[in-house]
Order: sequence, then C-alpha cells, then structure tokens
Amino acid sequence: MSRPVRFVPIALLVVFLAFVAWRLTVPADTTIRSKLEGKPVPSFALPEALPARATFGSTDLATGKPRIVNFFASWCVPCIAEAPVLRELKAKGVAIDGIAVRDRPEDIAEFLKENGDPYQRIGADAQSNVQMALGSSGVPESFVVDGRGIIRYQHVGPIMPQDLDLILTELEKAK
Amino acid sequence: MKPKHQRLTLAVLAIIAVAAAVLLAMWGLRDRAAYFFTPAEVAIGKAQQGAAIRLGGMVKKGSIRQRSDGVTIDFIVTDGSHDVPVVYRGITPDLFKEGSGVVAEGRMRGKTFVADTILAKHDERYMPPQMGNEVAEHAAVKTVQQ
Amino acid sequence: MIAELGLAALWLAAALALLQLLLALGFAKADGAKAARPLALLQAILTLLAFGSLIAVFLRTDLSVALVFENSHSAKPWLYKFAGTWGNHEGSMLLWVAVLSVSGAALAVLEKRINEKMLVASLGAQAALGLGFYAFLLFASNPFARLNPAPLEGRGLNPLLQDPGLAFHPPTLYLGYVGLSVAFSLAVGAMLTRQVDAPLARAMRPWVLASWIFLTLGITAGSYWAYYELGWGGWWFWDPVENASLMPWLAATALLHSVNVLAARGGLRSWTMMLAVVAFSMSMVGTFLVRSGILTSVHAFAVDPQRGTFILALLAIYVGAALILFAARAATIREGAPFKPVSREGALVVNNLLLSVILGVVFVGTLYPIIAEALSGEKISVGPPYFNAVAGPLALILGALLFVGPLLRWRSDRRPLAKWVLPSALIALVVVGISFAFAPEMSLLARFGLAFGTALLPASILPLFGRSLKRTPLAVWGMVVAHLGVGVALIGMASDSAFTQEKLTVARPGDKMQVGPWLIELAGIAPVAGPNWTAIEAHLRASRGGGTETLRPQARTFTSPFTETSETAIHTAWNGQFYAVIGRQRDEGWQLRLWWKPFVTLIWLGGVLIGIGGLIALVGRLWRERRWGRQVAE
Repeated sequence: MSRPVRFVPIALLVVFLAFVAWRLTVPADTTIRSKLEGKPVPSFALPEALPARATFGSTDLATGKPRIVNFFASWCVPCIAEAPVLRELKAKGVAIDGIAVRDRPEDIAEFLKENGDPYQRIGADAQSNVQMALGSSGVPESFVVDGRGIIRYQHVGPIMPQDLDLILTELEKAK
Repeated sequence: MKPKHQRLTLAVLAIIAVAAAVLLAMWGLRDRAAYFFTPAEVAIGKAQQGAAIRLGGMVKKGSIRQRSDGVTIDFIVTDGSHDVPVVYRGITPDLFKEGSGVVAEGRMRGKTFVADTILAKHDERYMPPQMGNEVAEHAAVKTVQQ
Repeated sequence: MIAELGLAALWLAAALALLQLLLALGFAKADGAKAARPLALLQAILTLLAFGSLIAVFLRTDLSVALVFENSHSAKPWLYKFAGTWGNHEGSMLLWVAVLSVSGAALAVLEKRINEKMLVASLGAQAALGLGFYAFLLFASNPFARLNPAPLEGRGLNPLLQDPGLAFHPPTLYLGYVGLSVAFSLAVGAMLTRQVDAPLARAMRPWVLASWIFLTLGITAGSYWAYYELGWGGWWFWDPVENASLMPWLAATALLHSVNVLAARGGLRSWTMMLAVVAFSMSMVGTFLVRSGILTSVHAFAVDPQRGTFILALLAIYVGAALILFAARAATIREGAPFKPVSREGALVVNNLLLSVILGVVFVGTLYPIIAEALSGEKISVGPPYFNAVAGPLALILGALLFVGPLLRWRSDRRPLAKWVLPSALIALVVVGISFAFAPEMSLLARFGLAFGTALLPASILPLFGRSLKRTPLAVWGMVVAHLGVGVALIGMASDSAFTQEKLTVARPGDKMQVGPWLIELAGIAPVAGPNWTAIEAHLRASRGGGTETLRPQARTFTSPFTETSETAIHTAWNGQFYAVIGRQRDEGWQLRLWWKPFVTLIWLGGVLIGIGGLIALVGRLWRERRWGRQVAE
C-alpha cells in the first residue's frame, strides 16, 4: 500500500479530535438571559411558602437597599451546592429573599433544616409563574434587585464560591 | 490482475468512498441544515423563505391565540425588540407558556413562521458545566467536616 | 459495607488489568499465556462483583450512597430501582466495564483457534482498554461515593426513564458496543504479531456477529421505545443519541461482511483490520457523544464536559495507537487471493464501500453542528431532511445490491445472472407501477423502499435455490433470514411514511371521529393515579367492522421530580397500529392526536428478523467449528 494512504485514517482522527476538543473547551452557551436586566421587577405577589413565614411581592423589593432574589427548590441538586455561599452572603449582611419553585412546604422546611436558611422572606411559586415572569429558565437562579426595585443582574445557575466577588460587585454597583 | 494491483485499486476505492461521503455530506448539508435564527435576524430578512430553520426567543405576553379548531395556535416570538408571528398546529409541550423561552422548528411563509415542532426551553434540572461532580464533591466535603 | 466491597473489587480488578498488560508487554517472559488467562477471568469475576454490589445498594435503596440518593427513591417500583442501577452515568459506565472484562475473560477462556502469542497480545490490548475505563470510573465517576449523613429520601429518577423498555435497552446496546472491543483487541493482537490471516478472521467472526446481533436488537428496541414513549408518532428521529448507536452498527455490519471474505478467501486483510478498529472507535465515539453532551438531544442525560474530556482522551489514545500500528504494519500485511469484479468478493466490496459512505455521511451530519460553529460561528441543527435525503438513497442502492450479491460465487462468476435478477427487478418495477396508479403522491424514497422491500422478499430466498435444504449450512440460512428482515423492515418504513393517516382534533366525551378505517369514540375522561404520579386518562373506543378495542392514553404528572409526560396508547392489529395521544384541555374538550399506521410493525419485525438471522449464523458457525475441532482432535 502506498505510504501516504496509510496515514489518511490518522489524519481523519486528528481532524475529528480537533473539532471535538474545540467544542469541549468552548462549551455551547445554552444559558437563556433574562430580557429584564435594567428594567423594573414585573408585578407579582407570592403566597407564603411556609406557615408563619413572611412572604413578599414585587412592591416589597424596593426597600432602598439592593437585595438578592434567589430561586430555589428542595428537589434541585445545585441548590444544595450554593447554600453555603448564600449563608456567607447573609453573614456579610446581604438581604436575600427566596422563591421556592414547584415545591411543598414540608420539603422546603426539610431543605432549610439541612442546608441552612439564608432567607429573610420566602414566597412559594407553585406553577413557576413568577419565575417565568422574571425571565428565569431554571433553578437555581438569582437576581440582584436595586433599592428602586429594578433588576440589575441575573445570575444563571448556582452561585459558587468563585462567583462571590462577582455578586458582591454587582450588589455594590446596584447601590 | 496481480494481487498487488488489486490491493492498490481497493485502497484507492476506499479513499474515494471516504471522499465521496464527505462531499455528499457537504452537498446535503448545504441546503438541509436548519439554521438557528433570532427574531432580529428574521426581521432583517436573513431567514430564507421556505427553508427549514429554527426560531428561538420568548413567547410574547398575551400573544397566544387559540383558533376555533382547538388545536391550532397563533403566537408571537419576540426578543424584546423584534416580533415574529408564529402559527402552530399540534399539541404544545407542557412548558410552553407565555413569557417562557421557546425554540420552534419550521419555515418562513411570507411574514409568518409556520412551525412543525415546538421545543419549550425550560429545563428545571440543568447542570451548568462547573457543576460536574458537584454532588460527589459536596459529599466529600461533608464527610471531611464530620 | 456493600458499597466498599464493590469499590475494593474495582480497584483490585484494575490492578489485575495492569498486571495483564505488563505480561503482554513481555515483562514476564515465561509462559505469559498461562498467567494471562486466569488473570482475565479473575478480573471479570471482580467487576461482576462490583456491579452486583451496585445493584444491591440500589435494590435496598441505600441512600448513603450518593448515586442512589440522586437517582432512586424508596417509593419506586423494584424493577426501576433495579434498572436505575445503569440508568445513570456512573452505573452505566460500571456496566460497560463489567461487560468489557467479561468479554476479555470469554476471549481468554474460549479462544483456541489463534496461537498463544497472538492471544497474549490481544489480551494485552483488552487489558489496556480496561485500564483506561477503570481509571475513568475510579477517578472521574465513582459509583460508590458515600453521603454522610445519609439523606432521608432519594431524588427519584427521570420519569421518562421509568419504563420497562429502558430496563433492558441500554444493557443490550452496551453488550454490542463492548463486544466490538474484542474484535478491536484481536485486530491489534494480529497486527502486533504480524498474523493477519484467515484463522484470525474465524476467531474474530463470532465476536463481530454477537456484537452485531446485540446492536441490531438494541437499536430495534430503542426505536420502538422512542416510538411509544415520546408520543410523537415517529420511530427514528436522527437524534445524536440515536446516531451514536447507528454508527457502530453500520461499521459492524461492514465488518461482518468483510470478515467473511478474510475467513473464506483470505482477502481484504488490511481493510478488515481497519474496519475492526473503526467499529470499536464508533462505539467509543457514540459513548463520548452521549456522555459528554456536546450535542444536544431529545434524550436528555445529565452530562458533563469533564467526563467527556476523559472519554475523548481514552479514544485518542486507543484509536490513535491502533491507527499508528495500522500505518506501520499495513505494508507487511500480505495481499489476499485476487478476484474478478463480478464475484462474491466484488459484491461485498461494494457493500462495504456503500456502508462506509453511509457511515461517513451520518458521522459528518451528526458532528456538523460543531464543525459549522467552529468555522463560521453559526448555530445550526441537522435533522431528518438531511439524513433522509442523503443516507436514504444510499441505503436503497444497498438494498438493490441484495438482489444479486448473495447469489454470486467466490472469485469469479461468469454465469448469466440475468435470469436470477430479472424476476426481482420485475417485481420492483410492478410495485412502482402500481404505486404510481394508486398513490401518485408518494415520496420517491417511500416508493422505491416499498418496491425494493417487496422484491427483496423472494430475492432474499433465492440463495437457497438449487441447494439441498438439509445440507445448507446454518450460516447461509442466517444470511437468508437477515436479508429477508431487511426487506420486511424496508416495507414497514415505506408504508409508515406513505400511508399513515393522522388526525389532530379537540373532542368532548361522546364525540366520534374517523381515522383511516377506524371509527373512534371518546367514551370518557377520568383522573387516575399511580405510585408516584397522577394522570388524566382518556377512554377511547376504536372499531372497524368487527369488535371494539379500548385505548387509554394518559397525560401523566410525576411528583418527584415534577415532570409531565404523555403515555401513548397503542392497539396492534395484524395490518398496522392505531396510536393515540391525549393533549391538553381546551374549553370543554380535550386535544387528541390519533394515527393509523398501516404495517408500521414490520419495521421492528424486520429488525428482529435481522437479529434472528445473525443468531442462526452465529449458532451455525460455533457448532461447525466445534465439530471441526473435535475432528482435528481425533
């Protein structure tokens, strides 16, 4: 067999590996950004997620100080991962409101008992209506809302330790 | 034909087959790959009439209209600044709601997008890349703390 | 404790694999083969022990194991707890490794045709493959990782995956994927020891056949699963995950045919070695595509690029090494016996070339979204329009080749073949004519599919003519049955695409509607509940002429995690299937999507026939060799 022909398969393999390796290093951006960054929070009022626990609505967000609205659920695995970071944010004096998506009171209570409770107020979003209204497409997601009730930043996915500075900067900017 | 010549012929045939596959694929892909468009791109006429494309955006609030046959709907896909009217006949996925993300497969007919398939983009269990071994790592951390 | 036992077994198996590889590399000079055989066997026992341990923790719902916590739930029926073992990434990779080591053990214990040197080299290659996957399991996806403290309840399993079909579909495919690893190892062993010859082909053939049978049945089952589970009425979506199983099958089909040329005539040596490498590469590419998630798919899996990188690295090492070995040894592989273009060999070469082109076309189409984005930044998706238009005609040409190929003699065939081919061609022509008269609207692909499929029914039996049926080898019977299956499947596909009637409507209880020959009445709508779901169920009465059939499609809502799915109701008649899906409530009515699909069942019947054909051939080959072996011994 002639010499160059023998190396054709290897060449094909290298081409395949090159393309696939490129895709692995540049993962497709599948996150869906909310169109509401820079706009006021759409109006909503949430029923309480736990008995005897304060809930909130869109009008309660304009408190004059920036705060975080965090979408979570007891059935959501990444939410467990971001729980320590949320506790750390709380310890730094950041106000966080939680929205429990498609969840049951007893499960939420269990989740908070296990993973800590960083929330000032918790509302229940049984049908994901508020979540969709804010342009969020998954759990967990977090929104930085400034003192006038305007969405300043959307964080898709869990807030990991390496995201902490980013969140604090966004909170600072929202002041 | 000598064995050696026959082998050369076969090797050449194999190479031709590989080349033919690639050329055939490229020819087929030229007009059959469905390109992904946003409403803004449709607005400036980037989407060819009648070609199979995907349209992605948000379902505009208050735009879903049910036709009298009960199975055809009209709605508007928007990216905030541009709107594309869509008509779809079929059973919509559970997560297809006003204000939610949507990807529709179909083709442009005039100014309207005729959808064959609707894929609602709302994965509640998505795991961002950095979450890979999250649960396992989380478990390890917990064990260490104990 | 069970989980730790499993983990320990896995580590031990990895150590044995390393030892086996060192043996093959020649670190222990004396009697490598004597040690290699028990090593391979012991490895298989250990991995089976590990897999058994994982099954045990799943059956007991031991929630202190992270994998169980994430994928199971105490309220799940036991069958799904059992199937949940491999319904996730870690478990499925453990299954993969278990099958790999069992194949290696079977090779070590059963293989007596090839010499010791080559066997040790092949077992070394198998051990090298094993090592990579042990490392993958132990370092990147440990199935036995513990959670402390143990949670009270698990997170359930994707409801789409709660289905009896899924309990057996992936293991079947894996048996096929991994069985090809033996063909790969044998090819590497043969090239290393410079013994690419007919005995090697005879040793490789049963492995290729067995893998190919599992792949065929796995793909057939997977297609039926998608058909009734997704509720879209289609049976093949050209989805990346489906293509991931089709590509190894195409390569294995080509290999299956070329290995016969090598076994019978000593021809196509380099090409067969190449195909053996490609077939297993495609298995790895398939696994990589599914597990890395670099291509998005309707069959959602939890995916992870990091794991993808690991599999890609393994793929690069193994396939790269095998191809370099091929390039180095290609010149030393001897030429086979020459043959004329019109001969059995010639037909098999055309078969192989066509299959390779189809494989190439599917491969490029599947990966094109990545290529396009890398080159131009455009996001695109490639779907049925491309695959049907490009691969369809090629498959039809391949079907037409079946009219004549199996009838040809080895080396050279100067007989006038026209009288054999003419009847088939005539049948095909008549079907085309009839279809034009009665169904002028049919697509070209469906029309020729129907014509070739029908003509193939008699044509596939032709090789039996002029033979004494009693003395015809089982392998020939197997070939006839498999080719018959191709014809049957072609008819089913064409009939489904050309004659399906669909009705999409909103109905209230009491409403009647006509779908094809069926009169359907919506008798009622009622809520029902299962162990972990609630549903709305439609009660449909379907009749045509005689009795009444009852269908109950459901729209299910699962509680843990919250998901909605639709459960299709299917009534199978002798001449097709009636397929019903219930949608959403509209005013006082309910959306119904109803299909009448004439002869759609032939698609899967054809697939099963192809598998049975393979099985007959496999039994024939093994039986013959045993008898031959005994004669030699005497």
